[in-house]
Amino acid sequence: MDELLTALVRGVAQGSLYALLGLGFVVVFKASGVVNFAQPAIMLFGALATSVLAVDHGVWFPLALLFAVTATAAGSAVVERVVMRPMISKPPFAAAMVTIGLFIAAQVVASNLVGLEIRQLGDPWGLDRVDVGGVRIFHSDIAKLVAAVVVVTLLNRFFAVTRTGLAMRAAAHDQEVAIANGVPIGRLFGTAWAIAGALAALAGMFLGVGGVGIDTTTALLALKALPGVVLGGFDSIKGAIVGGVVVGVLEAVTKTYGQDHLAALGNNFDQVVPYVLLLGVLLVRPYGLFGSKDVLRP
Amino acid sequence: MTSSVLRHRALLTVGSVAAVALPFLSGATSTSLYTRILIGAVGAIGLNIVTGLTGQVSLGHSFFLAVGAYTAAVLGGTAGRTVIGHDLDMTIWLPAAFVAAAVVGAVVSPIAFRLRGLYLAILTLGMVFVGLHLFREWTSVTGGAGIGRPAAPAVLLGRPLAEDLAVGAVTATSPTQLYLLCLAVFALATLAFVNLRHSAFGRAMVAVRDRDVAAEAMGIASRRVKVVAFALAAGCAGVAGALSAAETGYIEPGSYDVLLSVEYLAIILIGGVGTAAGPLLGAVFVVGMPRIVEWAQPLLPFVAAGTRDDGILTRFELQTFLYGVLIVVFLIAQPDGVSGALTRARDSARTWPFSRLLDHN
Repeated sequence: MDELLTALVRGVAQGSLYALLGLGFVVVFKASGVVNFAQPAIMLFGALATSVLAVDHGVWFPLALLFAVTATAAGSAVVERVVMRPMISKPPFAAAMVTIGLFIAAQVVASNLVGLEIRQLGDPWGLDRVDVGGVRIFHSDIAKLVAAVVVVTLLNRFFAVTRTGLAMRAAAHDQEVAIANGVPIGRLFGTAWAIAGALAALAGMFLGVGGVGIDTTTALLALKALPGVVLGGFDSIKGAIVGGVVVGVLEAVTKTYGQDHLAALGNNFDQVVPYVLLLGVLLVRPYGLFGSKDVLRP
Repeated sequence: MTSSVLRHRALLTVGSVAAVALPFLSGATSTSLYTRILIGAVGAIGLNIVTGLTGQVSLGHSFFLAVGAYTAAVLGGTAGRTVIGHDLDMTIWLPAAFVAAAVVGAVVSPIAFRLRGLYLAILTLGMVFVGLHLFREWTSVTGGAGIGRPAAPAVLLGRPLAEDLAVGAVTATSPTQLYLLCLAVFALATLAFVNLRHSAFGRAMVAVRDRDVAAEAMGIASRRVKVVAFALAAGCAGVAGALSAAETGYIEPGSYDVLLSVEYLAIILIGGVGTAAGPLLGAVFVVGMPRIVEWAQPLLPFVAAGTRDDGILTRFELQTFLYGVLIVVFLIAQPDGVSGALTRARDSARTWPFSRLLDHN
């Protein structure tokens, strides 16, 4: 029982991490209808920035994080302006391919900067944990969950209440009409990418806490956030957190019990199970739990 | 015949002669490169059919490449301590690679019935990851992750292509023979593609790409079109995978990942989506990139020849970086690819000096 609870707690924490990453995808998709495959590479840059400042230069961790988040957001906005802006009138798949190209190029540079060894983040939580009735809960896991909840709340308010958020939703719904109504599409996309960049930097930091560290393979781990986003629905914020948590829990439970019961499916099946879930969701309910359906127009 | 048809045919004849003569004038390494370019082009023709003509976005090409390579390996390879193999001839394993991959492609194709665009792309992405896991675990066929297995050797009608062949005064080395074989396969595939594109079925494919709901309203069985498109694409990928494996001699399951799929997508995007020349032009760029970087490396002071210690970037990193940049640049600036650029250049030259007046861009 304790084993199950521990797995569940880890799963929820890891799921919060996937949710944060997934939100980066959702924000850009909500604003422009494009899936930003470069998000994992941006995440690596953000985590690297935090690591370099906090570990190499001894900057106070919250300050290092703040700086990294801001820098990554600014960098993302620049990338959007230079690379994505010309793609506005082109089909979303072409824009998504551009982000794949960006991912390839950025991943190489980030990996080069990270170096061959695992880098630590210099976070204050480390391996500290608290024992609640036999269940071990890491401080870093609590932080992940809290961060995810705060971010989701803020984002929801942003999209529901602020003018920029409203403009973004309008632009995603019908770009031409939005432009005709005076919505500054370009600037909006820049803002969306900046928010996604900030989220990526935050998520990147969390990927490396608790002594795990970041290395050149970290970016590929971030792709596991995609099944969560698909499950939740690409344009749904609450979907991102629900989807992320489901993926995280599924992964954790498969890892804990998989060796005994699912040995036939091979080792490391817990790494594949998010993608199996992805296939299942896409075949049964492509728009996810909370996503909005595309109307099929001839 | 009109003069343009004559000109077209003359060009094709000259091109074919040059292509056949090429390996006899180049060294072994260059010939291997040209062979790999041709193999890449064959695989890209398949992707061109499903994504370029029929508009079904597929990031799953590497999965079909693997199916072809492993079908060939099991049929044509030698049985080892951990892996199975039946030592069959190339005339068996090459078509078998096509058929096996095509069947898998047809089986997988129903996923395209309900999904479009980005969702289909993501689903095929998931397929690659699941496939990777499958191949890693199926050690009797693949040898397992990090270990791999020998590929099916090129043994044509009982004669291994690894031996030199002397025909009169001309000696064809092993790389040359493999090149000529791949050239033949490429020519066949291109011919099939051009015929397909100009046929009624090809037009149906394009109709499905542009507006599949409207195509169905017109009486086109879009489901059948999608199944055939996927099957053909997968078949081409299977052949390319089998040939590629024969060229390198050894295959490891981890290499059939998303990056390989993206490479093929880059080939058709850079070459020109839906065009006949696109796959070859794109393959020259994408497959030839490592060679270009290798050649340029002494000229670039910040690139290391070997490990990272000598410079800021390794050759491999620079090549991957350029490759990503190339995708981005081509998509933004030149969506019709190299093929489109060449067509525009040709039209411009043909109408000179009036090309400026007639420029529609």
